[in-house]
Amino acid sequence: MAQEAAVPLEVTEKIRPRISPVRRALILSRQHPLGVMGLLFVGMLLVAGLFSELLAPYDPLANNHVTRAVGELTSSIGPDDKQIEVANFGAGANSVLDVDNEKMTVYYVVSQSGRTAVLEVLRGNAGTTKESHEAGTGLTSTRIDKLSGPSMTHPFGTDAVGQDVLSRTIFGARISLLIGFVAISIGVTIGTFFGVLSGYFGGVVDMLIQRIVDMILAFPAVVLLLAIIAVIGNEDSNVRQFLADSTPIPQGTFLGVPKFLDVFVVALGIGLAVSVATARIVRGAVLSLKENVYIEAARAMGASDARIMWKHIFPNVAALVVVLASVFLPIAILAEAAISFLGVGVPYPTPSWGADLTGPNRDDALEGYWWPVFFPGLALSLVVLGFNMLGDAFRDISDPRLRGGMGAGGGSGSGRGGGL
Amino acid sequence: MRQYIARLLLLIPMMLGVSFLTFAAFRIIPGDATHFICPYCPEDQRALLRHELGIDRSFFAQYWHWLKGLFTLDFGESYFTRLPVTTELERRLPVTLELMALTVVFSLVLGVPLGIISAIRANTPLDWLARFVGVLWLSVPSFYTATLAIVFGLLWFGWTPPQFGVGYVSPFEDPLTNLEEFFLPALILAFGSAGFIMRLTRSSMLEVMRNDYIRTAWAKGLRERSVVWRHAMKNALMPVLTVIGLEIGGLIGGAVIMESIFGLQGVGMYILTAVITRDILVVQTMALLFAAVYVLLNLLVDVGYAWLDPRIRYT
Repeated sequence: MAQEAAVPLEVTEKIRPRISPVRRALILSRQHPLGVMGLLFVGMLLVAGLFSELLAPYDPLANNHVTRAVGELTSSIGPDDKQIEVANFGAGANSVLDVDNEKMTVYYVVSQSGRTAVLEVLRGNAGTTKESHEAGTGLTSTRIDKLSGPSMTHPFGTDAVGQDVLSRTIFGARISLLIGFVAISIGVTIGTFFGVLSGYFGGVVDMLIQRIVDMILAFPAVVLLLAIIAVIGNEDSNVRQFLADSTPIPQGTFLGVPKFLDVFVVALGIGLAVSVATARIVRGAVLSLKENVYIEAARAMGASDARIMWKHIFPNVAALVVVLASVFLPIAILAEAAISFLGVGVPYPTPSWGADLTGPNRDDALEGYWWPVFFPGLALSLVVLGFNMLGDAFRDISDPRLRGGMGAGGGSGSGRGGGL
Repeated sequence: MRQYIARLLLLIPMMLGVSFLTFAAFRIIPGDATHFICPYCPEDQRALLRHELGIDRSFFAQYWHWLKGLFTLDFGESYFTRLPVTTELERRLPVTLELMALTVVFSLVLGVPLGIISAIRANTPLDWLARFVGVLWLSVPSFYTATLAIVFGLLWFGWTPPQFGVGYVSPFEDPLTNLEEFFLPALILAFGSAGFIMRLTRSSMLEVMRNDYIRTAWAKGLRERSVVWRHAMKNALMPVLTVIGLEIGGLIGGAVIMESIFGLQGVGMYILTAVITRDILVVQTMALLFAAVYVLLNLLVDVGYAWLDPRIRYT
């Protein structure tokens, strides 16, 4: 004791110099490059989800069109000519041609020699008027830009209905983020409520809640989600009806998310699944918390059960709940993708990373058009990877003994969505 | 011993509870299987169909009827195929069990060595690489890997998994085709668990390597191989073995996804279609089985742990 006191104050100062938070962050980031990468990916998710409208080059649901030159007139024509002669003709029958302001439909190709063709056309289509056109006027044709590969105009290409894959991927971030946050808010709230109740009261209440939790946890995660969403997400399910009729949750497009109600129902389903796991963990924490002397003191002072739970138990599990929420967030995102992939999650036109990996997109991919499935899946993988790497870095920083690995206790958390 | 028997007895209320919960949840929502069997039927025809299937009976009568059947191992039949659930299970269980067994083997073969290498070469470039591979395995969703494998397998090598052509081939008839059918789905499903096992092996190995008896082994001048394999391994793999048991429960969910991608006609596909088409009897029977698997696995994990580590005694 005496020796310790004899150490001059300046020396201690020199041993542990003060470092500013910024410097500390810089040092940490140099020690954990993977954590920085994780932060980057998670940041990308946040930015893409929050500013989808600004970042997406196209409307994610729009059927994009492409206009290309298909030849030029070799002779002038008047408003009533039905046959036209075209040089360098690069389209076929039934194609719609744009000539100046007039649209004409090709009936059939009368004759074709080399690259010059004589066409029988229907004049003045789609509300346009028949006009005279000079020789040499260029002909263009507009069609849905479907399944075009990655290019400057569509960096991730387009899918079978001409939707821009990049825009869908960016809006997919918003749907993921939305589902993640809604599901976690619902799940953690319900789970904490029942967890605190179960742990605090013990006895019959605890028995009842924990047996129900046991029964629900017996289902493999994916099957549980399928069942919940089959039950509540059904077109005429009571839950869905209730949400549609009695709550202000919009059914149409809201916050740039088409079919908002259906997306919300999926989030609710995931939230219910999350709540079960949360209830189990929170209960465990409450069991040891309630043995504290200050709880006894509060009770001795005549505090009601409700007051003790709200004022003394809840604040002490709040930190745990926040950690749980951060662990469950990537799992919720992954769960949404998985059930949408299985065809019971987010309904079609709404962009979803999971749903875009399957259905017609997958059939197209098998024929060589791989981009509509490749990029959404890549985004999903990077986001989950980002969360995991970030989580690892946090664990390293808080417990340097387990560098890069994780303790047996915290194992089941990190990004494992039950065999997803 | 007594507590294990008590846990086994827990099976009965668990299975009943789970099946009843499932039944109740699927029964109280509006609409029923007839909407899927015959979407455009008029109401009177649908009522007839309901009577034929026995779903016009009261809530409890319907559940009781199914419960009585359990005593004679009659789980009822699917509303669609009209095939008894037992017949379907006989056909489908081998598929899922083989998939899961191979997955467990693959995840151990991939995860354990990588975890050990990573731990004994801690904080070297080899360790960093191993850790990155581990987190990659853990993160990339199996359905994405599987989709890419099928798509690029076809585009680059012109290879299609054989089950799309010939269906399930038993390993006793044609082991090679069988392996070709199961290799890829099991491998891809194993990545997730392998990443998890790798990390667990690594941290548990690091923990064990700090022990005094390991230092003693080094001090005796033993070679690294001997220290790692004969002294450290046994203790380091304890948590891994127990985690395997718990992972199997999660693998059932993964099997649903893998079977639907790879067109394997296993239990996973069965439950997936049953849930979507409201085939209540199938769903509640599967729920019953899941509950049994869940309780038994948890029990096995505890028994195994106590058996492997004599210090642990459950009282």
